[in-house]
Amino acid sequence: MATTTGVAPTIRADGLIKHFGKVTALAGVTFAAAPGTVLGLLGPNGAGKTTAVRILTTLLMPDGGHAAIAGYDVVRHPQAVRERIGLAGQQASVDEYLTGRDNLVMAGRLYHLPMKAARRRADELLERFELAEAASRLVKNYSGGMRRRLDLATSLVVSPPVLLLDEPTTGLDPRSRMGMWAVIRELVQDGTTLLLTTQYLEEADQLADHIAVIDLGGVVAQGSPDELKRSVGGERLDVQVRDPRQLAAAAGAMERACGHPPAVDPDVRRLTMAVDGGAAALTAVVREFDAAHVVVEDIALRRPTLDEVFMKLTGHATQGAAEPPAEGRGRRPKA
Amino acid sequence: MAAIDGRTPVRSSTAWTRLQWGFADSWTVARRHLMHIRYMPDKLLEVTIQPIMFVLLFAYVFGSAIAVPGGNYKAFLMPGIFAQNMMFAAMPIMAAMVQDMQRGVIDRFRSLPMSRAAVLIGHIGASFLESMLGLAVMVVCGLIVGWRPLLGVASTGEAILVLMLFSFAMTTVGAFLGLVVKSVEAAQSIGFIVIFPLTFVANTFVPTAGMPGWLRAAADWNPVSAVVQATRQLFGNAAAVPPGHGTWTLQHPVIASAIFGGLLIAFFLPLAVWRFRRMLSK
Ligand SMILES: Nc1ncnc2c1ncn2[C@@H]1O[C@H](COP(=O)(O)OP(=O)(O)O)[C@@H](O)[C@H]1O
Ligand SMILES: [Mg+2]
Repeated sequence: MATTTGVAPTIRADGLIKHFGKVTALAGVTFAAAPGTVLGLLGPNGAGKTTAVRILTTLLMPDGGHAAIAGYDVVRHPQAVRERIGLAGQQASVDEYLTGRDNLVMAGRLYHLPMKAARRRADELLERFELAEAASRLVKNYSGGMRRRLDLATSLVVSPPVLLLDEPTTGLDPRSRMGMWAVIRELVQDGTTLLLTTQYLEEADQLADHIAVIDLGGVVAQGSPDELKRSVGGERLDVQVRDPRQLAAAAGAMERACGHPPAVDPDVRRLTMAVDGGAAALTAVVREFDAAHVVVEDIALRRPTLDEVFMKLTGHATQGAAEPPAEGRGRRPKA
Repeated sequence: MAAIDGRTPVRSSTAWTRLQWGFADSWTVARRHLMHIRYMPDKLLEVTIQPIMFVLLFAYVFGSAIAVPGGNYKAFLMPGIFAQNMMFAAMPIMAAMVQDMQRGVIDRFRSLPMSRAAVLIGHIGASFLESMLGLAVMVVCGLIVGWRPLLGVASTGEAILVLMLFSFAMTTVGAFLGLVVKSVEAAQSIGFIVIFPLTFVANTFVPTAGMPGWLRAAADWNPVSAVVQATRQLFGNAAAVPPGHGTWTLQHPVIASAIFGGLLIAFFLPLAVWRFRRMLSK
């Protein structure tokens, strides 16, 4: 079920354990990413994603288990690991009181590039991440999306072969999110091995080759996006009827069309059902509704939400995960 | 689009290159602070205008009302203000450390193949330089309002050295506290509740002779008093405390200042390093 056997994984976590006082942030997490692939860590707030990333990037010592980047153990060879990784943390860790260019030049210097090379590289990256115009403005005045792009650019100063992005799009508006996705796809084409954490199934689906779903510090499922979606029953058909008295008739029609009964929520007159055939199932259901004279207010085919994936995989709902807090400064110093 | 060029990062191989990179990295971190001054007007005010204000306020507002032995309040005052501001050197670095940790800047540094010590050294170095900038501003300002060092170059240099030592010591104190407290507000209250009073319960602005007995004892033993007394003597702005009067620290203020400063550094610098390292396993 894990990644391709035979090839040594570039990112490997093996039974990682981490406690913070009484809180068990990681309870034995195992995952791997083959060279040149994208691994998505999918999970709600508090699942342990950031903790895993911090261990992999040598910022945190595990209490148990092993982790390695490109074959280098993160505990025994932290320096070798740091020379091979780029990290864009959950918080855009850029310096607000420097300009975008200053930030990049400084990072270049700390990667030990000569001054001239650091400047040239900064300009290349500013251009590439569409920050050239804002290059000499203080980062304090950047938008959330610009900060994230700058943060990502900072982690790319020496083109590390391994990149770890912790919730790169949380708090971004849809347009900035698309922009970020495009950038990430491009990186992957260049052969970078990438670990990406996210709370959004959609994002993992779009970007990852392999997904590890984590919850309460444990991996609850792994597989390709398709495997994962199939395991929770593919697409969902949502139907809302106009007249609550027709709920039973509608449920009957849906069962006739697809072979199994829908879940019924009378309060909002909604019926929900997992379907396999996609559009074909939709057509079949509509035909049955017609025959049974069921009046429908709304009907839609959709992907399972993260909540449903979780409900299915863990038997409990995600806790407070749904909406990410608005991006802001000074938020969550540690946790 | 061109692929990102694969420059290989420089490996830290020998002890010598590691040391060189350690220095280079420290300087890069320190430079970042100095660049902040350029972009943050309020920080510039902190370093320059605030000391000037103190000089002017005390010299002209209190100077007219406070009588000191020997009669020249400005001569009495300036060394006090210098020393007080060296104490304040603990505050900006404390705030800077807390902020960097909160905003993930320290994490960013720590994920880079740079020297770890450089983060701390750079912070301390930059804060120390800032404090020296403040001292220079105050000295010039003091000269303008009529204060003079009276004992020649060597003695004046010694006075400056005492002040520098104390500023550096307080910077290490601030570095440690900045790694311990959780918020900028907490850092500021330490400044207000601990450091600020410490600079007043001393011979900084008034002679301690007029204080109630218990307060006077505290003030006379206060390291700040030793530093102030040392600077006053070395600048020729006050006579030495005669034997039989005051505490040992006031009778031997230069040695006492060196001991106090040395102790602070010997205690807080390793503590800051330890704390900084420990954050790794947390
Ligand atoms: N420094 C810390 N101190 C105490 N608890 C922490 C710390 N960091 C994380 N935690 C706890 O560990 C759990 C996992 O957190 P985290 O890895 O940040 O999750 P995620 O990134 O998936 O939201 C949470 O319960 C969180 O509160
Ligand atoms: Mg997180």
